[in-house]
Amino acid sequence: MKHLNAIFEGLGSAIQLAYRALVSLPNAPRIIKRVVEQVYIGGYATLPIVSILSFFIGAVLALQSGISLQNFGAKQLIGTLVGESLVRELGPLMVSILLAGRVASATTAELASMKVYQEVDALVTMNIPPERFLVLPRLLAVLLYMPILTIVGIVIGWFGGAVVCEYVGFIGVDAEQYFHSLTQFLTITKIFDGLIKAEIFGFSIILIACNTGLRTKGGPREIGYAVTRSVVLSLITILILDYFITKALA
Amino acid sequence: MKKTSPSQDRSDRNPVGVEVAGLSKKFGAQTVLKNVSLSVKPGEIFVIMGPSGSGKSVLLRHIAGLESPTGGTVRINGFDPADPATRDRFALALVFQAGALFNSLSVYDNLALYPLEHRLCTKAEIHDRVVRALKILSLENAAKKFPSELSGGMKKRVSIARALVMEPQLMLYDEPTSELDPVMSATISEIIATLKQEHQVTTIVVSHDRDLALTIGDRIAILMKGELRTVSTAEELRRNTDPNVVDFLNPKIDLKNPRYLKLEAT
Repeated sequence: MKHLNAIFEGLGSAIQLAYRALVSLPNAPRIIKRVVEQVYIGGYATLPIVSILSFFIGAVLALQSGISLQNFGAKQLIGTLVGESLVRELGPLMVSILLAGRVASATTAELASMKVYQEVDALVTMNIPPERFLVLPRLLAVLLYMPILTIVGIVIGWFGGAVVCEYVGFIGVDAEQYFHSLTQFLTITKIFDGLIKAEIFGFSIILIACNTGLRTKGGPREIGYAVTRSVVLSLITILILDYFITKALA
Repeated sequence: MKKTSPSQDRSDRNPVGVEVAGLSKKFGAQTVLKNVSLSVKPGEIFVIMGPSGSGKSVLLRHIAGLESPTGGTVRINGFDPADPATRDRFALALVFQAGALFNSLSVYDNLALYPLEHRLCTKAEIHDRVVRALKILSLENAAKKFPSELSGGMKKRVSIARALVMEPQLMLYDEPTSELDPVMSATISEIIATLKQEHQVTTIVVSHDRDLALTIGDRIAILMKGELRTVSTAEELRRNTDPNVVDFLNPKIDLKNPRYLKLEAT
C-alpha cells in the first residue's frame, strides 16, 4: 500500500510539474539559449554512442535473422526484418534506454544537487519558477533532439545490417538485395509511428528525471538514491508505455 | 522591445512591513517554532539572534515563503510570502547561509540572472548594476569565475552582491558575516545600514554576530528553543536581566569550570 501511494504521488507530482512547465510556454523565447544548451548536452553529445550502438544492433540483427531465416529459405527478408524492427521498435527503444542512462541520470543528479544545496530555493525567492528555468528547456530540448537521434540511430542500424550482408559470406544476401527488401515494405506511417514513440519516451524520461531531482530532500546521499530511482523508473515507464503505444498504433 | 515581465507590475515600491502571528512549525515530532509572533516595521533593521538550533533560519525561511507553517501566519504588507504574486508585487532577496549560488553560472551571470529573467532594465544597465555590486564587495576579479572556484567567504559575498543587484524592498540575511574576516564583516554591516538609510530597505538578519546586532539592529529578537524570549532595542537588550539572554550575549570563558563538564554532568 505504501509503495502504491508513492507511485501515485510520484505520478501526480510529475503531471503537475509538466503542467506548470508547459503553462510557462509563452516565456519560451527567453529560454532559447538554455534549450540550445540542453540540445547540445542531451542530443549532440549522445550522438556518438547512439551511432556505435545502432551500428552493432543493426549488424547483430542482420546476423541473427540471417541465420534463422536461412532455415526457412527466407533470407531475402533480412532487410525487411532489420528495417522494420529498427524503425518501429528497436530504434526508439534503444535511444530511450541510452537517454535514461546518460541524460536522465545527469539531469536528476544536477537538479537534486540544486535542490539539496538550496539553489532551487534561491530561484523561488528570486521569483524565477524552477519549472520555467530548469524543466521547460529540458522538455523542449528532448522534443527537438529525440526524433533526430532516433532517425540517425535507425539509419546507422540499417547500414550495420548492410555491412553484415555485404561482408559475411554465409548470409547469402548482398547489400543491394538487403536495401531492396528493406525499402519494399517500409512506409512513412511506420517511420512516423517510431518517431511518435521516441517523442513520448523522451518526454517521459526527462519529466521523470526532473521530477525525481526536484523532489529530492536531505543530504548528498539522497542525490545518489534519486539518480538510481530516476533511471529505474524511466526504464520501467518506457517499457510499459511501449506496450500501450504499440497496441494503440497497431 | 516591449518588456513583458510580471515584475513590471511591481508598482508598490514603498518599504514593506512583515507580520508574523502565532507561527508554529513541526518537522515530524520535532517542534522547531512555538507560537512566534513579531512585527517588523517598514524600513527597519530587525536582527534575530539565538543559539544554534533555536529555529532562526526556519523562521527566516517562513518569512521568505519557502516553508509552510504548521500553525499561524506570515504576511508581507498583508500578503502571503509563499504566493508568487507577492514576489511579483515586492522584490524580496534572501542571502543564504551557504550562498546558494548557481554552480553552472559564472559569478557575473549569477548576479545578472534576476534582472535578466525579469527584464527589469537594459543589458547595459544590468551590466552597470552588476559591476557596481561586484565593486562594493571587492569581487571585481571574480566576475568570470565559477562558484566552485571560490572560497566560502567569497561565495557569501557573491550571494550578498546578487541580492544587492535585485534592489529589494525586503532583504533577508541568514548569517551574513559567518566565514568573513572582520573587515568584510564590518563592510557588510555598513551595506545593511546604508540600504536602510538610502533606500528604506526593510531588513531581517539572522546572526550570531553580537557586534553586528548591537551596532546596526533597530530591534533585536532573541529566539531560544523555538520561542521568542525578547524583542528589544540594543540599549534595552544590554540591560536585560534574563540569565539565559545575559549568558548568550556575554558568555564567559571559564577554564576552571568549563561548560562541557556541566553538560556532561546533566
